Amino acid sequence: MAGRVLVVTSGKGGVGKTTTTANIGAGLALLGRKVCLIDADIGLRNLDVVLGLENRIVYDLTDVVEGNCRVRQALIKDKRTDNLYLLPAAQTKEKEAVAPEQMKALCDELREDFEYVIVDCPAGIERGFKNAIAGADEAIIVTTPEVAAVRDADRIIGLLEASELYEPRLIINRIRPQMVRKGDMMGIEDIIEILAIKLLGVVPDDETIIVSTNKGEPVVMDKRSRAGQAYNNIVRRIEGLDVPFMSLEEEGLLTRLKRALLGHS
Amino acid sequence: MLDFLRQFWNRDSDSSRQIAKKRLQLVLVHDRVNVSPSLLEALKEDLLEVISKYMEIEEEGLEVNLDRFENSVALVANIPVRRLKRSLEQGRLS
Repeated sequence: MAGRVLVVTSGKGGVGKTTTTANIGAGLALLGRKVCLIDADIGLRNLDVVLGLENRIVYDLTDVVEGNCRVRQALIKDKRTDNLYLLPAAQTKEKEAVAPEQMKALCDELREDFEYVIVDCPAGIERGFKNAIAGADEAIIVTTPEVAAVRDADRIIGLLEASELYEPRLIINRIRPQMVRKGDMMGIEDIIEILAIKLLGVVPDDETIIVSTNKGEPVVMDKRSRAGQAYNNIVRRIEGLDVPFMSLEEEGLLTRLKRALLGHS
Repeated sequence: MLDFLRQFWNRDSDSSRQIAKKRLQLVLVHDRVNVSPSLLEALKEDLLEVISKYMEIEEEGLEVNLDRFENSVALVANIPVRRLKRSLEQGRLS
Protein backbone atom coordinates (compact mmCIF):
# COMPACT_ATOMS: atom_id res chain seq x y z
CA MET A 1 0.00 0.00 0.00
CA ALA A 2 1.23 3.46 -0.83
CA GLY A 3 -0.77 6.08 1.01
CA ARG A 4 -1.13 9.76 0.26
CA VAL A 5 1.01 12.29 2.09
CA LEU A 6 -0.73 15.62 2.71
CA VAL A 7 0.71 18.72 4.32
CA VAL A 8 -1.47 21.29 6.06
CA THR A 9 0.15 24.71 5.87
CA SER A 10 -0.67 28.43 6.00
CA GLY A 11 2.33 30.69 6.38
CA LYS A 12 0.67 32.80 9.05
CA GLY A 13 0.30 31.38 12.52
CA GLY A 14 -2.95 31.12 14.43
CA VAL A 15 -5.26 30.48 11.48
CA GLY A 16 -6.13 26.94 12.56
CA LYS A 17 -3.64 24.57 10.94
CA THR A 18 -3.43 22.23 13.91
CA THR A 19 -7.19 22.11 14.45
CA THR A 20 -7.63 21.47 10.74
CA THR A 21 -5.05 18.67 10.76
CA ALA A 22 -6.66 17.03 13.79
CA ASN A 23 -10.14 17.18 12.28
CA ILE A 24 -9.17 15.97 8.84
CA GLY A 25 -7.26 13.10 10.44
CA ALA A 26 -10.09 12.16 12.78
CA GLY A 27 -12.65 12.54 9.99
CA LEU A 28 -10.75 10.23 7.65
CA ALA A 29 -10.31 7.73 10.47
CA LEU A 30 -14.09 7.80 11.11
CA LEU A 31 -14.55 6.85 7.47
CA GLY A 32 -12.40 3.81 8.17
CA ARG A 33 -9.15 5.08 6.68
CA LYS A 34 -5.86 4.31 8.37
CA VAL A 35 -4.33 7.67 9.20
CA CYS A 36 -1.06 8.88 10.70
CA LEU A 37 -0.69 12.52 11.76
CA ILE A 38 2.76 14.04 12.07
CA ASP A 39 3.29 17.13 14.18
CA ALA A 40 6.16 18.90 12.40
CA ASP A 41 6.09 21.92 14.69
CA ILE A 42 9.26 21.05 16.59
CA GLY A 43 9.59 23.00 19.82
CA LEU A 44 5.95 24.12 19.80
CA ARG A 45 4.13 20.83 19.94
CA ASN A 46 0.34 21.24 19.93
CA LEU A 47 -1.35 18.53 17.92
CA ASP A 48 -1.15 16.20 20.94
CA VAL A 49 -3.26 18.49 23.12
CA VAL A 50 -5.79 19.21 20.38
CA LEU A 51 -6.31 15.44 20.12
CA GLY A 52 -6.23 14.93 23.89
CA LEU A 53 -3.20 12.63 23.70
CA GLU A 54 -0.70 14.74 25.62
CA ASN A 55 -0.30 12.25 28.46
CA ARG A 56 0.71 9.34 26.29
CA ILE A 57 3.85 10.63 24.63
CA VAL A 58 7.03 8.63 25.11
CA TYR A 59 9.08 9.16 21.95
CA ASP A 60 8.81 11.87 19.33
CA LEU A 61 9.62 12.74 15.73
CA THR A 62 13.20 13.72 16.50
CA ASP A 63 13.78 10.44 18.36
CA VAL A 64 12.65 8.54 15.27
CA VAL A 65 14.85 10.55 12.94
CA GLU A 66 17.85 10.24 15.24
CA GLY A 67 17.33 6.50 15.56
CA ASN A 68 16.59 6.46 19.30
CA CYS A 69 13.52 4.37 18.63
CA ARG A 70 11.59 2.75 15.81
CA VAL A 71 8.65 4.57 14.19
CA ARG A 72 6.15 2.12 15.67
CA GLN A 73 7.34 2.87 19.19
CA ALA A 74 6.77 6.59 18.77
CA LEU A 75 3.28 6.35 17.28
CA ILE A 76 0.44 7.08 19.69
CA LYS A 77 -2.90 5.48 19.02
CA ASP A 78 -5.93 7.75 19.31
CA LYS A 79 -8.21 6.89 22.22
CA ARG A 80 -11.49 7.29 20.31
CA THR A 81 -10.79 5.84 16.88
CA ASP A 82 -8.96 2.64 16.05
CA ASN A 83 -7.12 3.73 12.96
CA LEU A 84 -5.78 7.16 13.90
CA TYR A 85 -2.18 7.57 15.06
CA LEU A 86 -0.03 10.53 16.03
CA LEU A 87 3.69 11.04 15.68
CA PRO A 88 4.31 13.93 18.09
CA ALA A 89 6.86 16.70 17.67
CA ALA A 90 9.76 17.08 20.07
CA GLN A 91 9.13 19.84 22.57
CA THR A 92 12.66 20.51 23.77
CA LYS A 93 14.77 20.00 20.67
CA GLU A 94 15.91 22.25 17.83
CA LYS A 95 14.19 22.41 14.45
CA GLU A 96 17.60 21.82 12.86
CA ALA A 97 17.68 18.32 14.36
CA VAL A 98 15.52 17.19 11.42
CA ALA A 99 16.45 17.63 7.75
CA PRO A 100 14.04 17.68 4.78
CA GLU A 101 15.54 14.44 3.37
CA GLN A 102 14.90 12.68 6.69
CA MET A 103 11.30 13.87 6.71
CA LYS A 104 10.84 12.59 3.18
CA ALA A 105 12.23 9.19 4.13
CA LEU A 106 9.96 9.08 7.18
CA CYS A 107 6.84 9.97 5.17
CA ASP A 108 7.72 7.30 2.61
CA GLU A 109 8.15 4.73 5.37
CA LEU A 110 4.80 5.65 6.95
CA ARG A 111 2.87 5.61 3.69
CA GLU A 112 3.62 1.90 3.42
CA ASP A 113 1.44 1.30 6.49
CA PHE A 114 -1.08 4.14 6.30
CA GLU A 115 -3.60 5.27 3.70
CA TYR A 116 -3.07 8.88 4.74
CA VAL A 117 -0.07 10.60 6.28
CA ILE A 118 -0.97 14.18 7.25
CA VAL A 119 1.75 16.61 8.26
CA ASP A 120 0.91 19.60 10.46
CA CYS A 121 3.26 22.34 9.28
CA PRO A 122 4.60 25.04 11.61
CA ALA A 123 3.97 28.72 10.86
CA GLY A 124 6.61 30.53 8.86
CA ILE A 125 8.59 29.71 5.74
CA GLU A 126 11.85 28.58 7.33
CA ARG A 127 13.31 25.17 8.11
CA GLY A 128 10.18 23.85 9.78
CA PHE A 129 8.14 24.62 6.66
CA LYS A 130 10.72 23.01 4.39
CA ASN A 131 10.76 19.92 6.58
CA ALA A 132 6.99 19.66 6.64
CA ILE A 133 6.52 19.87 2.88
CA ALA A 134 9.51 17.68 1.98
CA GLY A 135 7.64 14.37 1.88
CA ALA A 136 4.22 15.63 0.74
CA ASP A 137 2.43 14.88 -2.54
CA GLU A 138 -0.43 17.29 -1.88
CA ALA A 139 -0.83 20.51 0.06
CA ILE A 140 -3.80 22.00 1.88
CA ILE A 141 -3.59 25.70 2.66
CA VAL A 142 -5.56 27.12 5.58
CA THR A 143 -6.44 30.80 5.68
CA THR A 144 -8.88 33.11 7.44
CA PRO A 145 -10.75 36.01 5.79
CA GLU A 146 -8.13 38.57 6.81
CA VAL A 147 -5.70 40.53 4.69
CA ALA A 148 -2.59 39.25 6.49
CA ALA A 149 -3.62 35.59 6.39
CA VAL A 150 -4.56 35.66 2.69
CA ARG A 151 -1.36 37.51 1.85
CA ASP A 152 0.70 34.81 3.58
CA ALA A 153 -1.33 32.10 1.86
CA ASP A 154 -0.39 33.65 -1.48
CA ARG A 155 3.28 33.55 -0.54
CA ILE A 156 2.95 29.92 0.49
CA ILE A 157 1.34 29.02 -2.85
CA GLY A 158 4.41 30.47 -4.58
CA LEU A 159 6.82 28.60 -2.31
CA LEU A 160 4.95 25.33 -2.77
CA GLU A 161 5.12 25.75 -6.52
CA ALA A 162 8.85 26.36 -6.28
CA SER A 163 9.07 23.01 -4.45
CA GLU A 164 7.00 21.35 -7.18
CA LEU A 165 3.89 20.96 -5.06
CA TYR A 166 1.31 22.10 -7.55
CA GLU A 167 -2.42 22.71 -7.19
CA PRO A 168 -2.75 23.15 -3.44
CA ARG A 169 -6.32 23.34 -2.19
CA LEU A 170 -7.70 25.99 0.12
CA ILE A 171 -9.65 25.83 3.36
CA ILE A 172 -11.15 29.12 4.48
CA ASN A 173 -11.43 29.00 8.23
CA ARG A 174 -13.44 31.07 10.71
CA ILE A 175 -15.72 32.70 8.21
CA ARG A 176 -18.72 34.60 9.54
CA PRO A 177 -21.40 34.54 6.83
CA GLN A 178 -23.37 37.30 8.51
CA MET A 179 -20.40 39.67 8.48
CA VAL A 180 -19.70 38.80 4.85
CA ARG A 181 -23.28 39.62 3.94
CA LYS A 182 -23.06 42.95 5.71
CA GLY A 183 -19.91 43.77 3.80
CA ASP A 184 -17.72 43.60 6.88
CA MET A 185 -15.65 40.53 5.98
CA MET A 186 -14.08 39.19 2.81
CA GLY A 187 -16.15 36.40 1.34
CA ILE A 188 -15.32 33.09 -0.28
CA GLU A 189 -15.51 34.51 -3.81
CA ASP A 190 -13.20 37.39 -2.88
CA ILE A 191 -10.50 35.09 -1.52
CA ILE A 192 -10.76 32.54 -4.32
CA GLU A 193 -10.59 35.28 -6.92
CA ILE A 194 -7.45 36.71 -5.34
CA LEU A 195 -5.59 33.45 -4.72
CA ALA A 196 -6.87 31.67 -7.82
CA ILE A 197 -6.75 28.19 -6.30
CA LYS A 198 -9.24 25.39 -5.79
CA LEU A 199 -11.49 25.51 -2.75
CA LEU A 200 -11.48 22.43 -0.54
CA GLY A 201 -13.84 23.73 2.11
CA VAL A 202 -15.11 26.50 4.31
CA VAL A 203 -15.32 26.25 8.09
CA PRO A 204 -17.59 28.69 9.94
CA ASP A 205 -16.41 30.52 13.01
CA ASP A 206 -18.08 28.32 15.57
CA GLU A 207 -17.98 28.22 19.35
CA THR A 208 -18.23 24.44 19.33
CA ILE A 209 -14.62 24.33 18.11
CA ILE A 210 -13.44 26.09 21.26
CA VAL A 211 -15.49 23.76 23.45
CA SER A 212 -14.22 20.62 21.74
CA THR A 213 -10.63 21.85 21.76
CA ASN A 214 -10.95 22.51 25.49
CA LYS A 215 -11.87 18.85 25.90
CA GLY A 216 -9.29 17.53 23.47
CA GLU A 217 -11.89 16.10 21.11
CA PRO A 218 -11.91 16.86 17.38
CA VAL A 219 -15.13 18.72 16.52
CA VAL A 220 -15.63 16.50 13.46
CA MET A 221 -16.95 13.87 15.89
CA ASP A 222 -19.73 16.22 17.01
CA LYS A 223 -22.57 15.56 14.59
CA ARG A 224 -24.51 18.66 15.66
CA SER A 225 -21.69 21.14 15.10
CA ARG A 226 -21.69 23.25 11.92
CA ALA A 227 -17.89 23.31 11.97
CA GLY A 228 -17.89 19.55 12.47
CA GLN A 229 -20.10 19.16 9.39
CA ALA A 230 -17.79 21.42 7.42
CA TYR A 231 -14.79 19.21 8.32
CA ASN A 232 -16.79 16.16 7.42
CA ASN A 233 -17.45 17.62 3.98
CA ILE A 234 -13.76 18.48 3.57
CA VAL A 235 -12.77 14.93 4.44
CA ARG A 236 -15.15 13.48 1.88
CA ARG A 237 -13.84 15.89 -0.77
CA ILE A 238 -10.30 14.68 0.03
CA GLU A 239 -11.62 11.18 -0.57
CA GLY A 240 -12.63 12.31 -4.03
CA LEU A 241 -16.37 12.63 -3.46
CA ASP A 242 -18.31 15.47 -5.01
CA VAL A 243 -19.78 17.09 -1.90
CA PRO A 244 -21.86 20.23 -2.40
CA PHE A 245 -20.88 23.25 -0.34
CA MET A 246 -22.98 24.04 2.71
CA SER A 247 -25.33 27.02 2.50
CA LEU A 248 -22.96 29.14 4.58
CA GLU A 249 -20.38 28.57 1.92
CA GLU A 250 -22.55 30.36 -0.62
CA GLU A 251 -23.00 34.05 -0.82
CA GLY A 252 -26.08 35.53 0.76
CA LEU A 253 -29.32 35.95 -1.10
CA LEU A 254 -29.18 39.69 -0.61
CA THR A 255 -25.75 40.01 -2.15
CA ARG A 256 -26.95 38.16 -5.21
CA LEU A 257 -30.15 40.19 -5.37
CA LYS A 258 -28.19 43.40 -5.05
CA ARG A 259 -25.81 42.29 -7.75
CA ALA A 260 -28.71 41.50 -10.04
CA LEU A 261 -30.32 44.88 -9.37
CA LEU A 262 -27.27 47.09 -9.46
CA GLY A 263 -25.19 45.10 -11.87
CA HIS A 264 -21.95 45.08 -9.94
CA SER A 265 -20.31 43.01 -7.30
CA MET B 1 -34.72 46.10 8.92
CA LEU B 2 -31.95 48.62 9.39
CA ASP B 3 -29.42 46.06 8.32
CA PHE B 4 -31.55 45.27 5.34
CA LEU B 5 -31.62 48.91 4.26
CA ARG B 6 -27.93 49.27 4.96
CA GLN B 7 -27.17 46.38 2.70
CA PHE B 8 -29.06 48.03 -0.10
CA TRP B 9 -27.92 51.59 0.29
CA ASN B 10 -24.40 51.18 1.54
CA ARG B 11 -22.26 51.45 -1.50
CA ASP B 12 -20.20 48.33 -2.02
CA SER B 13 -16.95 50.17 -2.46
CA ASP B 14 -17.25 51.70 1.01
CA SER B 15 -17.55 48.40 2.86
CA SER B 16 -14.59 47.12 4.83
CA ARG B 17 -14.95 43.92 2.81
CA GLN B 18 -14.15 45.81 -0.39
CA ILE B 19 -11.42 47.83 1.29
CA ALA B 20 -9.76 44.63 2.50
CA LYS B 21 -9.99 43.11 -0.96
CA LYS B 22 -8.49 46.12 -2.68
CA ARG B 23 -5.65 46.45 -0.18
CA LEU B 24 -4.91 42.78 -0.55
CA GLN B 25 -4.89 42.94 -4.34
CA LEU B 26 -2.47 45.81 -4.28
CA VAL B 27 -0.12 44.31 -1.71
CA LEU B 28 -0.05 41.06 -3.69
CA VAL B 29 0.92 42.89 -6.86
CA HIS B 30 4.06 43.96 -5.07
CA ASP B 31 4.60 40.61 -3.37
CA ARG B 32 4.20 38.66 -6.58
CA VAL B 33 6.55 40.70 -8.71
CA ASN B 34 8.92 40.79 -5.80
CA VAL B 35 9.80 44.45 -6.10
CA SER B 36 11.23 46.15 -3.06
CA PRO B 37 10.52 49.83 -2.31
CA SER B 38 14.23 50.59 -2.77
CA LEU B 39 14.12 49.12 -6.27
CA LEU B 40 11.15 51.32 -7.16
CA GLU B 41 13.02 54.30 -5.75
CA ALA B 42 16.04 53.54 -7.91
CA LEU B 43 13.81 53.19 -10.98
CA LYS B 44 12.26 56.55 -10.15
CA GLU B 45 15.66 58.21 -10.06
CA ASP B 46 16.72 56.70 -13.36
CA LEU B 47 13.44 57.70 -14.99
CA LEU B 48 13.91 61.22 -13.70
CA GLU B 49 17.38 61.39 -15.19
CA VAL B 50 16.31 60.19 -18.64
CA ILE B 51 13.15 62.27 -18.89
CA SER B 52 14.96 65.39 -17.69
CA LYS B 53 16.98 65.30 -20.89
CA TYR B 54 13.84 65.98 -22.86
CA MET B 55 11.58 67.96 -20.59
CA GLU B 56 11.49 69.82 -17.37
CA ILE B 57 9.46 67.90 -14.82
CA GLU B 58 8.21 68.46 -11.33
CA GLU B 59 10.27 66.15 -9.19
CA GLU B 60 8.01 66.34 -6.14
CA GLY B 61 4.98 65.27 -8.14
CA LEU B 62 6.67 62.23 -9.64
CA GLU B 63 4.89 58.99 -8.81
CA VAL B 64 5.97 55.55 -9.92
CA ASN B 65 3.97 52.55 -8.84
CA LEU B 66 3.10 49.03 -9.78
CA ASP B 67 -0.60 48.65 -10.26
CA ARG B 68 -3.09 45.97 -11.00
CA PHE B 69 -4.70 46.32 -14.38
CA GLU B 70 -7.34 43.76 -15.30
CA ASN B 71 -5.40 40.55 -14.74
CA SER B 72 -1.93 41.91 -15.25
CA VAL B 73 0.50 44.18 -13.52
CA ALA B 74 1.28 47.60 -14.95
CA LEU B 75 3.97 50.11 -14.18
CA VAL B 76 2.12 53.39 -13.76
CA ALA B 77 4.09 56.61 -13.75
CA ASN B 78 2.58 59.99 -13.13
CA ILE B 79 5.05 62.65 -14.23
CA PRO B 80 3.93 66.29 -14.16
CA VAL B 81 5.65 68.24 -16.95
CA ARG B 82 6.62 71.85 -16.35
CA ARG B 83 7.83 72.60 -19.87
CA LEU B 84 9.24 70.85 -22.90
CA LYS B 85 12.76 71.54 -24.00
CA ARG B 86 13.06 73.31 -27.33
CA SER B 87 15.23 70.86 -29.19
CA LEU B 88 16.55 67.38 -28.84
CA GLU B 89 20.13 68.54 -29.32
CA GLN B 90 19.82 71.01 -26.50
CA GLY B 91 18.41 68.27 -24.38
CA ARG B 92 21.15 65.87 -25.22
CA LEU B 93 23.89 68.41 -24.65
CA SER B 94 22.73 69.39 -21.20
